[in-house]
Amino acid sequence: MSDLSRRKLIATGLAATAGASGLAVATGLAQRYGLIPPDHGGLYGAGETLTYAAQRILTRHSSAREFPRSQISKTPFPNGEPPKDEAFRRLQQGAFADWRLGVDGLVARPASFSLAELKSYSSRSQITHLACEEGWSFIAEWTGVPLSHVLDVVGILPQARYVVYFSIQRGWWDSVDMADALHSQTLLTYGMNGGELPVGHGGPLRLRVPRQLGYKSVKYIARLTVTDDLKRFGRGLGSASPEGGYAWYAGI
Amino acid sequence: MPRACYHSRVGDSACVPSSASAFPATTVTARHSALVRVTHWITTLCFLALLVSGVEILVSHPRFYWGEAGNILTPPLFKLPIPASRSSVPTGYGFVLPDQNGWSRYLHFQAAWVAVLTGLLYTISILFTGHLRKNLLPGEADRSWRAFSIAIANHLRFKRPSEAEAWSYNVLQRLTYLFVIFVLFPLVIWTGLAMSPAIASVFPAAVTVFGGQQSARTIHFFVSVFLVLFLLVHVVMICLAGFRNRMRAMITGRAGTHMERA
Repeated sequence: MSDLSRRKLIATGLAATAGASGLAVATGLAQRYGLIPPDHGGLYGAGETLTYAAQRILTRHSSAREFPRSQISKTPFPNGEPPKDEAFRRLQQGAFADWRLGVDGLVARPASFSLAELKSYSSRSQITHLACEEGWSFIAEWTGVPLSHVLDVVGILPQARYVVYFSIQRGWWDSVDMADALHSQTLLTYGMNGGELPVGHGGPLRLRVPRQLGYKSVKYIARLTVTDDLKRFGRGLGSASPEGGYAWYAGI
Repeated sequence: MPRACYHSRVGDSACVPSSASAFPATTVTARHSALVRVTHWITTLCFLALLVSGVEILVSHPRFYWGEAGNILTPPLFKLPIPASRSSVPTGYGFVLPDQNGWSRYLHFQAAWVAVLTGLLYTISILFTGHLRKNLLPGEADRSWRAFSIAIANHLRFKRPSEAEAWSYNVLQRLTYLFVIFVLFPLVIWTGLAMSPAIASVFPAAVTVFGGQQSARTIHFFVSVFLVLFLLVHVVMICLAGFRNRMRAMITGRAGTHMERA
């Protein structure tokens, strides 16, 4: 073996060792700071983890862009059909007076809220962009109570890491990490463009997560669960989206 | 085989012999450095993955808008005459393509990560190895409109390059590569990121500079079209210049003399 190739071999070995230990340290740090998404396994796990970690670090103190009233879209597109089952129709006929939002999991005081109770808390309005991962979008004014306020009312426990939210529509559920759950723009929305939130847009209650794409803003929210582990829900990938092939984190 | 040439391989992708007579016609010599070859093929794979997944994402909404917002209830800037993978999009076709958006988005971003990291490695390296200065920036003799128009005229007449010129890139190739590396690639990455609501929350100006999120999407599409055109011309030129020899140069790093442009 010549000097040159021996030197090359040693250098390659050192570089590989440094790379492997660097990766191990990075993984440890990422785990500690909650930078690994629940759908980190599989073929696209590496890219998904890089995207989530990078955007989480960047968005630590960021707020979604808010627009002037003049930019509100005249034609907001209500994607999808409202639930067709009898239970939803009955609630709709009663003007959603009997709609309940249950909150459970890692909270000090599990509770169930009526819409009137949610509306009694101080509301927040914001004019934000809702962009679908398909490519279309609209801008609307959304009014609701910050999710963080409802979480304050029930008292989340220190080990809370995610908030899982369930639609009354079967099979629709999702989750956000605490960075988004406690973010001031994450609203339990009941109003849109100055009126009630239309059923087509998720009325009576939609969770708006404006720093992520539209599919994270699940419609017809009926239950929230605070948890420290997403493995217990569905197939353990964090939401119904990865089960249908879509990423759990939708910041891009 | 002049040793000096081989020794410059690591840092220098196109080795220009001091005099053509030093090389018999059958000589095989160094052409592309390992760094250029490896980053070239990684980028090729990423580009194809981005193209396939990008087309799949596009067919879920083959309509384009200008400004911040746009949807099927908004008049489009233009729409592509193709079927869509969503029944809500009016296309005029009586059928809906299967939804491939989920894995396409996963693949698109994963390939983008690899492409961006590879691109960073390449860009930083060519600054230090001299590849940028020697082979990509136009040589001093070529930095005039006169030289530029002569190069265009020669190119249009399919004139064979001179012996020395065949060992590096001519001024048209250099300007094209510089445009792709320093204008199209950064622009396609930027417009891609400008579509992200999370990125827009951190760097709002990155979106507003284009006139809005939908404008960024439209520009992303056009830059991608330009990149595909570049790919087509690039492959055609490889074939015209001698496919086997050019592929050998980019795979093994070596090529015979009497090379044509590629």
